[in-house]
Amino acid sequence: MITTVEEIQRSTSTAMRSGELARVRESRETVGDYSVPDARMRCRDIEVWYGDKRAIHGVNLDLGRNEVLSMIGPSGCGKSTFLRCLNRMNDTIDGCRVSGSIQLDGEEIYDRALDPVPLRARVGMVFQKPNPFPKSIYENVAYGPRIHGLTTSKAELDALVETSLRKAGLWDEVKDRLEAPGTGLSGGQQQRLCIARTIAVSPEVILMDEPCSALDPIATAIIEELIDELRANYSIAIVTHSMQQAARVSQRTAYFHLGDLVEVGETNQIFTNPQHRLTEDYITGRFG
Amino acid sequence: MTDQTPASAPHKRTIDAVNASLKRRRAKERRFRRLGAAAVALGLLFVALLFADIVGKGHTAFQQTYIKLPVVLERAQIDPEGSGSAEVIARANYLGIIRAALRAHFPEVTARRDKRALYQMVSVGAPQLLRDRVLADPALIGTTAEVWLLADDDIDMVVKGQIDRTLPESKRRVKDQTLGWIERLESEGRITKRFNTIFFTNGTSREPELAGIAGALAGSFYTLALTLLLSFPIGVGAAIYLEEFAPKNRWTDLIEVNINNLAAVPSIVFGLLGLAVFIGIFGVPRSTPLVAALVLTLMTLPTIIISSRAALKSVPPSIREAALGVGASSLQTQFHHVLPLALPGMLTGAIIGMAQALGETAPLLMIGMIAFIVDVPAGFTDPATVLPVQIFLWADSPERAFVERTSAAIMVLLAFLILMNLAAVLLRRRFERRW
Ligand SMILES: Nc1ncnc2c1ncn2[C@@H]1O[C@H](COP(=O)(O)OP(=O)(O)OP(=O)(O)O)[C@@H](O)[C@H]1O
Ligand SMILES: [Mg+2]
Repeated sequence: MITTVEEIQRSTSTAMRSGELARVRESRETVGDYSVPDARMRCRDIEVWYGDKRAIHGVNLDLGRNEVLSMIGPSGCGKSTFLRCLNRMNDTIDGCRVSGSIQLDGEEIYDRALDPVPLRARVGMVFQKPNPFPKSIYENVAYGPRIHGLTTSKAELDALVETSLRKAGLWDEVKDRLEAPGTGLSGGQQQRLCIARTIAVSPEVILMDEPCSALDPIATAIIEELIDELRANYSIAIVTHSMQQAARVSQRTAYFHLGDLVEVGETNQIFTNPQHRLTEDYITGRFG
Repeated sequence: MTDQTPASAPHKRTIDAVNASLKRRRAKERRFRRLGAAAVALGLLFVALLFADIVGKGHTAFQQTYIKLPVVLERAQIDPEGSGSAEVIARANYLGIIRAALRAHFPEVTARRDKRALYQMVSVGAPQLLRDRVLADPALIGTTAEVWLLADDDIDMVVKGQIDRTLPESKRRVKDQTLGWIERLESEGRITKRFNTIFFTNGTSREPELAGIAGALAGSFYTLALTLLLSFPIGVGAAIYLEEFAPKNRWTDLIEVNINNLAAVPSIVFGLLGLAVFIGIFGVPRSTPLVAALVLTLMTLPTIIISSRAALKSVPPSIREAALGVGASSLQTQFHHVLPLALPGMLTGAIIGMAQALGETAPLLMIGMIAFIVDVPAGFTDPATVLPVQIFLWADSPERAFVERTSAAIMVLLAFLILMNLAAVLLRRRFERRW
């Protein structure tokens, strides 16, 4: 699905002129249907506090199977915070509290009895800045499978490293130098290495926090293509500042504003026919 | 765009202003650079002076004067029954043999007092050395051997020119008579300076010519080894716990403040603590490397904890996130990713702490390391002293010959410190990631 911003803006303004929709102006209630049938992850009434500052206000959102959900919104609106709830990465931040219910395949992930370690093997994460380990390319990919004991032999591990690198579209570029340091790759290659590292442990969900913001357009295009391919096997939640990117890679889009989930819906509909004034302002470039 | 347009005017003025101030800014920079260079030069000058002084005073200690005399090793005196047993040979009167050799070489000396002065030319350790020599080579028994005898420290000082021969007799430790004998021996080629192995193989002694640093070195070695063994794991463990696992609350804040305070506590206080707690309460034997190491561990722990925490802090958080993100546990994240990156910094801190411990004197005085111990310690619970305390003791001795030995011991201590710092640099290089 390739949509340019001009197209989006044109259609939006057409819709506005015609005045055929009664738009929601100010309410902070989520507009659109946040639930999907047979969701991979189901979040209800999520509140996140940093100390006594509330960063997320009662968000409900589902992540479907084999879908890419993009999260957009102005800086500081809580996209990263929300994303980091999904694999309990927020546990590592002092003073961060999360309340509400997040279920992964019907299992409560903030349950006291649940260990975040296996959870993070099921919900992988790709970060904004490529952060390969200062080890060889091979070691970067092999690390996850090794600590989780996913393979029983060296040959099996080798094969897993290869398939992961292939899925990340990096194999051909690095197959001759697997022992070279991962940090010696280009930014785009490093980010694909990080994706390979994440998919090597076969997670069910991949979270991506602005995975392309440090990359040039060509590297970005490669990763976007990759995300589209990964959708066949994984559920992906991606935070992005680029509306084109959201439009290109995602099936559903969620718009966050100051800690509220303002609107969520089919990507196509969000960009062509936003229901909330804030969403509309944001995607038409009047705000943010 | 040749004519003056108002738009270009402010642009021009900026450039002018920059150019006008540029000279001043450059001059300031030059001044600052010169000041820095001068400070470095001053520092280097004093280091050079220090080294020149110590080496100038100490280098002579690496040589020792010996006197060659024909010594009659009569079988009747040493091993009358010809048994060849080491026990019998060891019990012989070597002092008498050496005295006889001296009397034979200076037959003109007859008066009791003069004879005593003559006997004093040779070190009191000489008979023992002669005994060792004969024990090692029993074939010498029954012959007259030319033997190099260890000279007394006063003779040593004269030969090395540290006692001025031109001074009037009353102002000299060595009298004219002895000086005459020395000159005669020198003219006969019977006096030589040899490498001073005793300095490296003996423990300390009241006699400078028999005093060595082996005991102090062994003591320092055992102490430091145990200190490192105790303080590095404890310090690194504490740092990791505080940095990565401990909750940030009032208690951990308090602990942090206290660790920083401990780093600034005068070292003698740790000595008092060691005396009261380790010796007083736990009954650890005093004057031993064990108790010294315990005290020095307390002293170096804050340094190691603080530098280890700094090293851990400098590891980028993205590495931790990456590891946690693929499902590593906190401990795995620490040991697989954070620790290897922080290790060079930790090692540097540890070695700096060890260097500090190696040079430490004050707290050790409190726990009995100042005792006069001749034997070279062979373990952690043998009475021992350490190098800096040995230096302190020798510096306090009145004999002229201890001055050069003090400087020589300082040279050895400095050599070890430099070696340790070198090791720190090399370790850093080796452990630092190549990427
Ligand atoms: N570790 C933290 N401690 C305290 N407050 C935080 C912390 N991290 C984020 N916040 C606050 O929470 C709010 C949401 O931050 P978050 O990083 O989720 O925004 P974001 O939508 O990802 O922004 P951006 O697009 O700039 O990445 C912000 O107001 C931010 O100041
Ligand atoms: Mg963010």
